[in-house]
Order: sequence, then C-alpha cells, then structure tokens
Amino acid sequence: MTTTYGPLAVWAVVVAVGLLTFAIRYSFIYLLGRVDGVPPRIERALRYVPAAVLAALVAPAFVDPGPTAAATLLDPRLLAGVVAAGVAWTTENMFATLAVGMVTFWTAGTVL
Amino acid sequence: MPRVPDDLVAGIRATLPLQLGLIPFGLVAGVAAVDAGLSPLQAIGLSVVVFAGASQLAAVDLLAQDASLVVVVLTAVVINLRMSMYSASIAPYFESLRRRWEATCAYFLTDMSYALAIAEFTDDDETDRRWYYLGAAVTIWAVWQVATVVGVAVGASVPDAWGVSFAVPLVFLSLLVPELADRPRVVAALVGGSVAVLGAGWPLNLGLLGGALAGVAAGVVVEGRAA
Repeated sequence: MTTTYGPLAVWAVVVAVGLLTFAIRYSFIYLLGRVDGVPPRIERALRYVPAAVLAALVAPAFVDPGPTAAATLLDPRLLAGVVAAGVAWTTENMFATLAVGMVTFWTAGTVL
Repeated sequence: MPRVPDDLVAGIRATLPLQLGLIPFGLVAGVAAVDAGLSPLQAIGLSVVVFAGASQLAAVDLLAQDASLVVVVLTAVVINLRMSMYSASIAPYFESLRRRWEATCAYFLTDMSYALAIAEFTDDDETDRRWYYLGAAVTIWAVWQVATVVGVAVGASVPDAWGVSFAVPLVFLSLLVPELADRPRVVAALVGGSVAVLGAGWPLNLGLLGGALAGVAAGVVVEGRAA
C-alpha cells in the first residue's frame, strides 16, 4: 500500500513526530533539579508501554481471523510469526529473526 | 592536535556488537518508507529528524494505510514515550553539562545509546561521560543514517511480490520478545495484541491505540495484584 498523502502532510508528520520525540528525550534531562525523577505512577505505566505497543503493532500483522480456524492458523504470516518468535526468544538476534521469519514466510506462501 | 579521548573510542567500540541489529533495522526503515510512498528525501528526513526506528516504521506503516494524521503522530509518539524513562534515568549523569550539550545528548538518546551509556556510567565513575556517550550515540546515529539511505536506494528496486513489508512486523517482534521479562509485561503484550487484532477493522486505526492502552492498563493491574 502507498500513502495518498501529499508532501506537505508527510513533512508535517516528520516534523511533528520529530519535535515531540525530542521533547520526550529532553524532558527529564532538562527538568532535572526541578523535579525528583518521574512520578512513580507514571513510571509504572511507562514500563508497560513497549510490550503493549509492540504487541499491538505485531499481532494484527500475524493474526488475520479467517472464515475458519484452519484458514486463520494455516496463514503463512502466522506460521512465520510463530517461528520468528521462537528464533527471537532463543537468539535475541534481530538479524536471525528477520532472516528466518522471511524465509518461513516465503516457503509457507509457496507450499500452502 | 589534542589526542582523541580514550572514552570516545571506548564508546564507539561498544556499539560494534549492536550493529548486527542496527543495520538490518535501518535498511528495513529505509525500504519501508519508500514502499509506503515517501520520496527518498522524506524517507531520509524521517530518519534524521525523528531518529527512532520503531516509531518511524509505525508512522510509515500508518501513512501507507492512509490513517488520519493525528493517529499517525500519536502512535509514533506513544511508542517513543519510553524514552522519557531513559531521559529521567540518565539525567543525573548529564547534570554537569552545559545546556547546549544536554540538548545535543538528548537528540541522540535511543534504546541502544541509553543501554550502553547507563551500563558504563554505573560501572565506572571515572569515565568521561560526554565523550563516551557521544562516541556511542553518534556512531549509532551515523550507522542508522547510512543504513536508511541504503534501504531507500535499494527499496525502490525491490518488487512488491517479495513481501518485504513483512519484515516490519518481524523487526517489531524481535524488539518485543526481550521485553517479555516478567508476568505483567507478558499480560500487557497479550492484552495489547488481542485488542489490536479484534480492533483491526476499527476506523482511524483505533485498534492500535486501544490495544496499547488496554495492554498498559492490564500490565499495571497485574503488577498491582502481585505486589
């Protein structure tokens, strides 16, 4: 899929995300001395942001509920995702995860 | 000519093992941006201005789906919220720096530069923090930019049929798995992922935001129960 947004919209996204991300990075480095670290309740919630957001990004790319359970489970994307998760778990290596995941995806796509 | 400080070299060297992950990640970021219809300049601009891989991929992915711009920006920013923890954690070590250097160091703050620097700073009081940090962080920045540019150059010539866009969720997956270090985090991921799958058809990509929020809430609840 390709975006239908024009250059202005794309650049607006680049600049907005860039500025807000810089503000996040600079926040406590700048504020130090004025506050004592992150408020504990916020810090606790922030701890779960990476796992929750990454899972929310990943899951729909692998799990696409089909008309039957078999169609959902025998999807090359899900098979590749499961195999890649195993590789990620055992090696913690992004390159290996990518390589094995892509090969599984291509192979399953040809076989199924 | 003043000698190159040892701590600068030590910082650069510390990044070497990470580059095996950084380079393919940067390549994917470049390819994905071009695939999504960004011009080469926009794709490279994204890497330079934002300089945060996971949020770049998410933004590009959502742009390709023509999600509303508010959702694109919000999602990318939510992904980067974790950096506020890094900012808070590393701030005491930058206290002696001038404002200008603080801002410079902040721009280069990433998962990798934070992880390397905090390990070194807590381990060795004698390290020249600015040199070590900049050695590591600027190297990571430079490798990231080069990898993105190569990805942008290659991306235009990769046929769609190869399904290269499938590499994007695989990159996220390899970032997700090491996060699953304890029960609350596993629950946060399970709830976040499930809500996102159920909400895949919701308008404005609300499934993603809903999944993220539900996952964070679930993590906090589970942690509260355990305590």
